[in-house]
Amino acid sequence: MALLQIAEPQDAAAPHQHRWALGIDLGTTHSLVAVVRNGAPECLPDEDGHCLLPSVVRYEADGAVRIGHEAAAQRGAIASVKRLMGRGYADIPNRESIALDLLEGDGMVRLHTAQGVKTPVEVSARILGALAERARASLGDDFVGAVITVPAYFDDAQRQATKDAARLAGIHVLRLLNEPTAAALAYGLDRAAEGVFAIYDLGGGTFDLSILRLSRGLFEVIATHGDSALGGDDFDHRIYCWMLEQARIAPPCPADIARMMRAARAAKEALTQDERARIALTLDSGEAIDLTLTRDTFFAMTSLLLEKTLASVRAALRDANLAANDIDGVVLVGGATRMPHVRRAVAEFFGKEPLVDLNPDQVVALGAARQANILAGNRDAHEDWLLLDVIPLSLGVEMLGGLAEKIIPRNATLPVARAQEFTTARDGQTAMSIHVVQGEREMVADCRSLARFELRGIPPMVAGAARIRVTFQVDADGLLTVRAREESTGVEANISVQPSYGLTDTEIADMLRASLAHAADDRDARALAEARLEGEQLLAATASAMAADGDLLSADERAAIDQHCAALTDAIAHAQDTVAVYHATEALASATEAFAARRMNRSIRRALAGKNIDELELPK
Amino acid sequence: MAITVTEAAARHIEKSLARRGKGIGIRLGVQTSGCSGMAYKLEFVDVTGEDDQVFECHGVRIVVDGKSLVYLDGTELDFVREGLNEGFKFNNPNAKSQCGCGESFSV
Repeated sequence: MALLQIAEPQDAAAPHQHRWALGIDLGTTHSLVAVVRNGAPECLPDEDGHCLLPSVVRYEADGAVRIGHEAAAQRGAIASVKRLMGRGYADIPNRESIALDLLEGDGMVRLHTAQGVKTPVEVSARILGALAERARASLGDDFVGAVITVPAYFDDAQRQATKDAARLAGIHVLRLLNEPTAAALAYGLDRAAEGVFAIYDLGGGTFDLSILRLSRGLFEVIATHGDSALGGDDFDHRIYCWMLEQARIAPPCPADIARMMRAARAAKEALTQDERARIALTLDSGEAIDLTLTRDTFFAMTSLLLEKTLASVRAALRDANLAANDIDGVVLVGGATRMPHVRRAVAEFFGKEPLVDLNPDQVVALGAARQANILAGNRDAHEDWLLLDVIPLSLGVEMLGGLAEKIIPRNATLPVARAQEFTTARDGQTAMSIHVVQGEREMVADCRSLARFELRGIPPMVAGAARIRVTFQVDADGLLTVRAREESTGVEANISVQPSYGLTDTEIADMLRASLAHAADDRDARALAEARLEGEQLLAATASAMAADGDLLSADERAAIDQHCAALTDAIAHAQDTVAVYHATEALASATEAFAARRMNRSIRRALAGKNIDELELPK
Repeated sequence: MAITVTEAAARHIEKSLARRGKGIGIRLGVQTSGCSGMAYKLEFVDVTGEDDQVFECHGVRIVVDGKSLVYLDGTELDFVREGLNEGFKFNNPNAKSQCGCGESFSV
């Protein structure tokens, strides 16, 4: 027999080279890409050193497409396309306020551009493509894929649209990750055994508050609340209105509005460091503005905005049935959380200092990069934390004789794909029924049936000659796809199922316990089924041999073989004893030995008949 | 129920563990695959699981999970040299037949 060597345990990372995997924060106003390098996640900057890519795309009439900074400053550019992802025309709230040329389309809303009609998926794909390009410039071509973050409240259509955009951009999606979970991962909150965390995400134009519960290494989003029309831009706008009041100027022209908004933003950012900020600019009309804004004034005029975010926090806590002091940690996400009074208000509300060590613009992308790094199979020895979904029960197919053949073992980490080759059991078999089962038991009857489908169009061949490759693939969202393909003709059939659908944790635990309790019974049942199978195959082979070359047998010999066939058929049908079936099989095998030898002689004679010795291809 | 290893196998396991630098023993198991139903597996062990059984023989620890044990009970693990090849060999009283390549067996 073959000699074995000791292998590394299956769950240990095989020795391999580092494989790059990206974390992408596809944001409403900005997008970023990060990667784990030397064990720590970092954002990849563009050539000018900017990490943030404005989520803005402009389709030019001349066929060019501008993305990011070079599109942001221009009119007619498409911004905030994330709000349209996976949405029908009718689903979009306050359409009038969106400065885009929207069209009703089949399913998803469409956008009118200088290059014709585009879907939000295509626009997002441009942004993702630009980030992937940035990654390629920095890492080379060989990254395995990306984890892309989505808001926790995104529904299936919005998630699917995000995946489609990635596919269009040529990016393999390892997983979609909820943004608040990514933020928690960036801070390594998963290292705690359990806890409840609040993620306060005040971006450019949106506010989201999520409450996460961590238990046994898995984050669950237990409540989300937010305001899709509240963000850092509103704080800028408050300063702008204040400037209008203070300077007593006539309603400004669009160019001046843009100029004043930029000055407002600069003042807001300055007040993060300084007690006061000077705002000085000259308008097109020749009027000059020269104002000084103090922190206190700024805080006072934006306190209502801040109060709106805290109202969302209260609502989320109420939904989760929690009080502010039940929260074990608070993470701040989004550039607008740099404002000192936002930090102070959050700290006062929860009664603890929020986590602010990481750049709040980058937190989500950094967390996604950590997750991507793990999904790509990179694990450091000291990094024993794992936030991976695993297959709770083995997945397999039914084999002849009611045996369950496991293709993906229990506890395999998602996503996973495994393939195995099967063959036909009968001569001339042209179809195969694939029965997908789940469970640890050896017999299909004791496992859970998931799906059945048929592969048709297998060319007629002798039993065992066809090669049917059955591939099981479970994606990161737990969706199982089974594909069967006959290798010589390429005929294919497939089916998708959700294996964990409808199974509770207790049911899974029961199924596992049953498999251990019945290990010995299962072994016997498997042995019996295999013995029967072997007997049936011999019967089928004998029958086809007698039909083809029955003339080689004398009447006595034929009677003897028939008798052994009948005995074996009976043993297969009635015996519960593996040994009895084996004996009957062996008896038939020895009874047909002489017959088999004669058939062999005849076929050799046929092959050689009438041939000159020179025509034969002899082994050299 | 017991699993044993020969002296030669035990020495080789010790040497392999020392070379690897970590691990508390080796795991014997079966998995359903190969052309004759079952195939053996042989792995280093870093941690034992709940339904694992641990045997000690010639100073080395042998870990077998509950399900595999019903197929392996009474097995002796040997270390042999066959020509230029050396490796471990399962002497399993439960195995009724082996396939031609020796990768798999059935009970």
